[in-house]
Amino acid sequence: MTRYGWIRLGIVVGFFGWLEAIARLGFVKRTTLIPPSEMATSLVDILASGRMNHDIEATLLTVAAALSSAVTVGFVAGIILHRLPPLRRLMDPLFAAYYAVPHFVFYPIFIVLFGMTRVPLVILGFLFAVVAMIINTMNGLDRIPRVLLKVARTNRLGPVQTAWYVVLPSTAPYLFTGVKLSVAYSFIGVIAGEFILSGIGIGHQIAYAYDNFDNRTMYGLLLFILTLVTTVNMGLWSYEQRLLRRRSRG
Amino acid sequence: MRDRIVHIGSVLLFVFVVWQVLHWITGSIAVTSPAETVSRLAEMMRTPEFWGHAQETLAAFSQALAIALGGGLVIGLLLGGWRPAGLVFEPILIAIYSIPKVTLYPVILLLFGLGLSAKVAFGAIHGIIPVALFTLNAVRSLNPVYMRASRSMRLTSGQTALRILIPAALPEIVTGFRVGFSLTLLGSLIGELFASQRGLGFLIMRAVNVYDVKTIFAVTLLIAAIAVAVNSAMLALDQRLHRRM
Repeated sequence: MTRYGWIRLGIVVGFFGWLEAIARLGFVKRTTLIPPSEMATSLVDILASGRMNHDIEATLLTVAAALSSAVTVGFVAGIILHRLPPLRRLMDPLFAAYYAVPHFVFYPIFIVLFGMTRVPLVILGFLFAVVAMIINTMNGLDRIPRVLLKVARTNRLGPVQTAWYVVLPSTAPYLFTGVKLSVAYSFIGVIAGEFILSGIGIGHQIAYAYDNFDNRTMYGLLLFILTLVTTVNMGLWSYEQRLLRRRSRG
Repeated sequence: MRDRIVHIGSVLLFVFVVWQVLHWITGSIAVTSPAETVSRLAEMMRTPEFWGHAQETLAAFSQALAIALGGGLVIGLLLGGWRPAGLVFEPILIAIYSIPKVTLYPVILLLFGLGLSAKVAFGAIHGIIPVALFTLNAVRSLNPVYMRASRSMRLTSGQTALRILIPAALPEIVTGFRVGFSLTLLGSLIGELFASQRGLGFLIMRAVNVYDVKTIFAVTLLIAAIAVAVNSAMLALDQRLHRRM
C-alpha cells in the first residue's frame, strides 16, 4: 500500500473511532446513534441467526434482475440511438435531466399494474439504472478513434469482426463505467422501493426496524447494505482504473 | 436560434406523443393523459395551498443547493490545490458518492428530526460530493504554470482561489454545479417524500396514499419540467464555456 493509502486508512479508522467515542461517552443519544462496534455485532447476530436471509436473498435477486435487464437493454438502446442521430437529439435533453426526476413516485402505479410482487421493484431498479448504461454506451461509441475503424476497413474486416476486434475493446472502459453506475443505481431503486412499500427485503426490514425504534437491527442492516455496495463499487472502481491506465498507455 | 426553437419544440412533441401512447395502452388507472394532467396542474396552481407547498420546497431546495455548491466548491479547491490531500481523500469521496444515500434516510431523520433541516441535509449530501469531485479534478489538472505565476506574484491562498483557480477551472466547475443541481433537487424531493408534512414531495406522497394518479403526474410533471429547463440552460452554458477554453 502507498503512503497515502495508509494515511487514508488512518483517517477512516479515526473517523469510526470518533463515532465510537461520542456514542459510548453519551454525547449523542442511543436513540440517535449506536456505537459502530455494536452495529458490527448486530450485523454478525443477524447473519449468524439467519433470520434475515430470506430478505437478503429477495433484495439481491431483485437487484440482479434489475441490473441485468438494465445493462442489456441499455447497451442495445445505446447502439440504436448512436445509429439514429435525429432520435438521439430528441432524447439527449431528456437523458441529461433524467436523474433529477424522482422515479419512486411511479412505484405505486407499477404496483397497481403488476400487483404486490417483485416485478414493480425490478422495474424501479431498471428505470434507475438503464439510462446510465445508455449514456455510457453512446459515449463509448462516440469515442472510438477514427483511425481504428479505418484500420478495420483496410484489413477488410466484416461487421461482426469489426464489432468484436475493434468496437468492443475500445468501448470497454465506457461500458464498464455504465455497468458500475448501473450497479449503484439498481441498488438505490430497489431499496428505495422496498422502503416505500414492500412486505419483504432489506429495505423493508430497515424501515420496519426504524418504525419500531429497533436501532440495533436498523444500524446492523444499514452496515450490511453499505458494506456490500461499497465493496462491490470499490472493486469495480479499481478494475476500471486499471482498464483506463492500460488504455492510456497502449 | 430558429433551429433551437424547432429542436425544443420537437423534443416536447416527442415527449407528449410517447406519453399519449402510454396513456392509450394502459388507461387512466396508470397513466393519465397529458391534457388531463396539465389541466389538473393548472387547477392546483390556482389554489393558495399549492403555492405554500411550492414555497416550502423552494426554501428547502435553495438552502440545500447553497450548502452543496458552496461546500463542494471549497472542498474541491482545497483538495485540488493541495495534492497530497487530494490523493488521500479522493477515493473516500468516490466511495461516499457511490453509496446508495436513500438508505441513510432513517439516520438523517434520527439526527435532524422531521422537518426542514432533514430535507436540507438530505438534499445537500446528495449534491455536495459531485461538486467537490468535479472541482478537485479540474483544479488538479490545471497547467502548473498558473500556480507558479500565483506564487511569483505572492498571492494569498484566498486570492489564488478567487483570481486563478476558479476562473481557470470554471467550465468543469459549471459541469459539477449542473450535476450537483440535479442531485440536490432529487435529494430534497426524496426527503420530502419520506419525511415531511409540507412541500411538493409531500403533495405527491399524499396523492400516492390515496392513489390519485392525476395529482401524482401533475406534480411530477411540474418538477420534471423545472429540472429539464434548468438543466438544459446549464448544459448550454457548460458547452459554451468548454468551447471557449
